[in-house]
Amino acid sequence: MTEFFNALVLLTNFVLLPGLTYGSQLALGALGVTIIYGILRFANFAHGDLMSFGTMFVILVTWWFQGMGVGIAPLPTALLALPFGIGAAILLTLFADKTVYRFYRRRKSAPVIFLIASIGLMFVYSGTVRFIIGPADQQFGDGARFLLKVQEFKEVTGLKEGLAIKLSQGLSVGVAVIVVIALFWFLQRSRTGKAMRAYSDNEDLALLSGINPERVVFFAWVIAAALATIAGTMYGLDKSFKPFTYFQLLLPIFASAILGGIGHPIGAIVGAFIVAFSEVTITYAYKKFLRYILPESWEPESLVQLLSTDYKFAVSFVILVVVLLVRPTGVFRGKVI
Amino acid sequence: MSSLPRPLFLFAGVVLAFMAVGFGQSWGVSLSIVNLCLISAVMALGLNMQWGYAGLINLGSMGFAALGGLAGVLVSKAPVAESWSVGGGNLGLSVLMVIATVIVALLGRRFMARGALRNIVTAVIILAGYFLARAFFDPAVEAIESVDGAKTGYLGGAGMPIILSWIVGGAFAGAAAWMIGKIALGLRTDYFAIATLGISEIILAVIKNEDWLSRGVKNVTGLSRPVPYEIDLQTSPWFLDLMTWLGSDPVSSSTIFVKLCYAVLFIGVLLILIWLLERALNSPWGRMMRAIRDNEHAAEAMGKNVTRRHLQIFVLGAAVVGVAGAMLTTLDGQFTPGSYNPLRFTFVIWVMVIVGGSGNNWGSVLGAFIIWFIWIEAEPAGLWLMNLVTTGLDESDPLRLHLLRSAPHMRVIVMGLVLLLMLRFSPKGLMPEVRRR
Amino acid sequence: MSFLIGESMTGGYGGADILHGCTITVDRGEIAVIVGPNGAGKSTAMKAVFGMLSLREGSVVLDNEDITQLSPQQRVGKGMSFVPQNNNVFATMTVQENLEMGAYLRTDDFSETMQQIYDLFPILHEKKNQAAGELSGGQRQQVAVGRALMTQPSVLMLDEPTAGVSPIVMDELFDRILEIRATGIAILMVEQNARQALMIADKGYVLVTGENRFTDTGQALLDNPDVRRSFLGG
Repeated sequence: MTEFFNALVLLTNFVLLPGLTYGSQLALGALGVTIIYGILRFANFAHGDLMSFGTMFVILVTWWFQGMGVGIAPLPTALLALPFGIGAAILLTLFADKTVYRFYRRRKSAPVIFLIASIGLMFVYSGTVRFIIGPADQQFGDGARFLLKVQEFKEVTGLKEGLAIKLSQGLSVGVAVIVVIALFWFLQRSRTGKAMRAYSDNEDLALLSGINPERVVFFAWVIAAALATIAGTMYGLDKSFKPFTYFQLLLPIFASAILGGIGHPIGAIVGAFIVAFSEVTITYAYKKFLRYILPESWEPESLVQLLSTDYKFAVSFVILVVVLLVRPTGVFRGKVI
Repeated sequence: MSSLPRPLFLFAGVVLAFMAVGFGQSWGVSLSIVNLCLISAVMALGLNMQWGYAGLINLGSMGFAALGGLAGVLVSKAPVAESWSVGGGNLGLSVLMVIATVIVALLGRRFMARGALRNIVTAVIILAGYFLARAFFDPAVEAIESVDGAKTGYLGGAGMPIILSWIVGGAFAGAAAWMIGKIALGLRTDYFAIATLGISEIILAVIKNEDWLSRGVKNVTGLSRPVPYEIDLQTSPWFLDLMTWLGSDPVSSSTIFVKLCYAVLFIGVLLILIWLLERALNSPWGRMMRAIRDNEHAAEAMGKNVTRRHLQIFVLGAAVVGVAGAMLTTLDGQFTPGSYNPLRFTFVIWVMVIVGGSGNNWGSVLGAFIIWFIWIEAEPAGLWLMNLVTTGLDESDPLRLHLLRSAPHMRVIVMGLVLLLMLRFSPKGLMPEVRRR
Repeated sequence: MSFLIGESMTGGYGGADILHGCTITVDRGEIAVIVGPNGAGKSTAMKAVFGMLSLREGSVVLDNEDITQLSPQQRVGKGMSFVPQNNNVFATMTVQENLEMGAYLRTDDFSETMQQIYDLFPILHEKKNQAAGELSGGQRQQVAVGRALMTQPSVLMLDEPTAGVSPIVMDELFDRILEIRATGIAILMVEQNARQALMIADKGYVLVTGENRFTDTGQALLDNPDVRRSFLGG
């Protein structure tokens, strides 16, 4: 029996928890992408570097706070700095919309033009972040590291395998839950939220109903910027901040949004967890796990790893390809441009 | 015809810029930039075909260029006999397994009715085949990679002249594009762009990790050349005579001579490609392409198979990018998978296409020269600017140090601004497409 | 003076003119129906009245106020309401939410209006928490009309409301439209089902190639042998 529990703990520690955490981070990112897609109707390639920008600002303010001795231990100081980062990201996206996207919106340009423009903005954001903070890894987490330590767990349960819950993991999941609840309350219950859903559903009819398109666009950017900053900060606290990584996150984020049905917030969340868990389960080495649950004679020699961890991004991509081939509208039947 | 003077001005401007670099910095530097511009021009040509004639946004040129580079290794390096003997057998078996799986899966699908059961059976077949293939693959790879890991640890190549790899690289890229296109070409533009981006990341991941293929990130150096080596030049009589006649130093001139040789080869390739493309564009095939691009629905209604035409263009464009990738690896004399990144190999090339003029071949060349020049020179220019801005500050002032260290990143911002400005104020590019009859 | 007058309207969507000096008028508590062969410019005429295309010549006057220069959104503010032929509901939103969106521009309490809509279309009350996209064609039309009525408009414009619905549903819809007329709203309707539409029409406009060909009461047009022969199948 203890073998079984050990196996369970192992799986929880190395598959379930990382999957939940990563899924939460992806979900926040995918929500931002899906909202922009639903309202502005284009795939925003600058989103990853927007996450990068927002997180960078949070880091700078965090360092400033830390320098001044301001903190909210045991929680990371970054949480205190988060609103400032969100503010900066919002200003940036609104400025970008005013100077770049609005022009094409007025002329009703093809979505492809918006995509190319977003690539240009991606360059600008990316270069700016590297210019200000440099391309290297940055650490900015502080506060308690663990919610539950391996030692504590082992003492309480007496098992051989230990379970550890990092504070950053708990935060990623907790913050994601709060943000998602708030977002859905806004979209389902508030007048502006409903107007946004209406605009996303049927633009012409929304205009006929007197909904102001610029207001809807404004809120879309504000929400996307906030989500991007939060997602980036959670990811940065949990793993680390490195500007290039955030561009790479674009692929799993797009995969999540498309898998769930682009333009559908619930889809983005579901898609994100599917992608996250797929990545983790496919690249996990099950050798130790199998050792616990199989009889001695069946124990495997090799690592029993479906794909090496180097291919993590390939997993989200393969999911994306399969979805696009089998059911391009995704799980919740989103838009296809 | 009023568009004629402007491109001439621009090309002349480019030539002047290179001469300025030649005089100001060095001719070696100038020629190096020229060679890279030529390679980028070929890449831009490929991407332009896909965008200008089929409206396809291909964000995967990094992958195609890497495949071209891979061809450089696989064509020119000598085969490593020992690796073949220890691992070749098992590797062959695993390939057979894969082929068998595909055949069984396809047959199974043909004989079953559509539905969930068929999909499940297909999935089971694929899984079973995967594990069977891995059973042979893993030991083969382990054996191959352990053969003299420091120097080889891979299968080696075909031991043929490297210039052949330029064609083979095109073939590799074209084949990959064919497979990708078959799967992804029905998708709408945004999705297709994302799909190509993802596929190029996968191609690169495979190249980086499958050491048995091309040593992965351990890199393959010392590739053979289609042009003379500097050392050989410095000792060959005809070269020394030429140098005395010109009154230049053989050692430094040998490097310039080598670069010139490459430049001549690259210009040759570029001209051949442009000639082929221009002929194709003016042919009935080309006219049909433009008709499809201008009004896809009408063309489809007339019975033209739009997807098949798009596939053709996608494959051809990718093959061109593959050729460029092989050229680059030849120029470098080594294959370094780690140096491939989407910024320089995909997105910067895109800026070239947009700036140059979509749908215009010479426009792509112009765009490539201008953008690559900016990309290279932006770094020293940025440094110079930062020095200027911080002249008042103390040598070790942290702000000054930071600005100087960050200066290289300015070129990314500049690229972005160039793209945005071009897209807004001159979306047809510097050399818009020439309306042909 | 009629309540709503689209006078001598000439214009198109940017290229050639589709309307040539077309005049359409509606009064309060009146149903005006625009019929005619395909391509006659029926929908175009109504869209011109609503401001969805700019007129080269002609004017639109509502309640003695010239609204020719106003955009459609502005005309909604003046009391006009438009039900498009297709895509006329928010398919992913519930029936209730559709009605709420209809009342978007209102700043007062619109619950009484919503109740009136539910009284008019009882089945909508039954399905008020269901997504509009899941309803049948006829029910969706009811949602579309309900949405348009939430602003308590003085003019209701319907573009082919019975397109693609069964005859029973069409009868029911026309009954509702009569009820709406009873509340004093001016109703302008483009219809393909000319015979049934003219039967409830106070005024009928037969348009051919963008011009008024016949204008009379609904009944008179039905009795007119020329009209009968050309558009009503004898």
